[in-house]
Amino acid sequence: MNELMKLVEAEYANVRANYPNFKAGDTINVHVKISEGDANKVRIQQFKGVVIQRKNTNTNGETFTVRKVSNGVGVERIFPILSPNIDKIELVKQGQVRRARLYYMRGKSGKAARIKEKKSHA
Amino acid sequence: MAGIIGKKIGMTNIFQTDEASTKQVACTLLQVGPCVVTQVKTKETDGYNALQIAFGEKKEKNTSKAMLNHFKKANTTPKHRLVEFKSFEVGKYQLGDVINVNDIFNEGDVVNVIGTSKGKGFQGVVKRHGFSGVGGSTHGQHDRQRHPGSVGASSFPSRVFPGLRMAGRTGGKRVKTQNLKVLKVMSEQGLILVSGSVPGANNSYVLIEK
Repeated sequence: MNELMKLVEAEYANVRANYPNFKAGDTINVHVKISEGDANKVRIQQFKGVVIQRKNTNTNGETFTVRKVSNGVGVERIFPILSPNIDKIELVKQGQVRRARLYYMRGKSGKAARIKEKKSHA
Repeated sequence: MAGIIGKKIGMTNIFQTDEASTKQVACTLLQVGPCVVTQVKTKETDGYNALQIAFGEKKEKNTSKAMLNHFKKANTTPKHRLVEFKSFEVGKYQLGDVINVNDIFNEGDVVNVIGTSKGKGFQGVVKRHGFSGVGGSTHGQHDRQRHPGSVGASSFPSRVFPGLRMAGRTGGKRVKTQNLKVLKVMSEQGLILVSGSVPGANNSYVLIEK
């Protein structure tokens, strides 16, 4: 990327630094700010699920997709990583996967939709 | 209206928050100036008032002697792009003056950006003029999904009207994008961030008029 472009994007570096380093296959808990009516009334909603992809990484346009199964219905949410509406991100579980984009999760349910947990080498 | 020469750096996006909502805005980073005034045209000598300004370093060996002396008069190094603007305030700038970003642009300004669009080569009417094509591949159609259709009719007019839109060279032309908002001015680096896209490839010269 152009050096000058980095100057513009560096503005958001601290936003990124606040978040844990997560990958596809990890389970995360995203705390989303939701404003009701006027802007002063803000509450936090949690969206917990498996990260199935990170797109356009290391640019201002980076997004990640979180998938969860809610009442038997698969729900996916796409978040821009620099969105001011994200309060915080918690890393719940690290998964061991072989792919960067877990589209195959969409066709699976129940036991088949499990992801192996990553062994820590500590 | 004043204008300045710049360079397209590339695109990115930023988040803008106002009272009601937060928006992700696509924007283009432009390097603007510093431009040097290389000629001041006046009504007495040239018949009209204008400023010729220059931008972009150029090697001396690639510059003709005539142009070298032209730059020498303004006490500056050879430059790539020379553009004349009629819209500057008369008498504000003298020969050799340097025009910077913050002389012209403020945050919130609305600007037009002129550039040369990316060349697309020889293209059909669907891409070039936005024709919708035939619209289907059944009902007797064969091999003509993206064709222009009839152009000259039969006994009347029995010819093709001049100027009819047809396939041909596309892009590579001067294009103006109007009403782009200046989101940010970084005067130290000589950069401005404008909303939306501007014509041309990265690192190509653009004109920015206010």
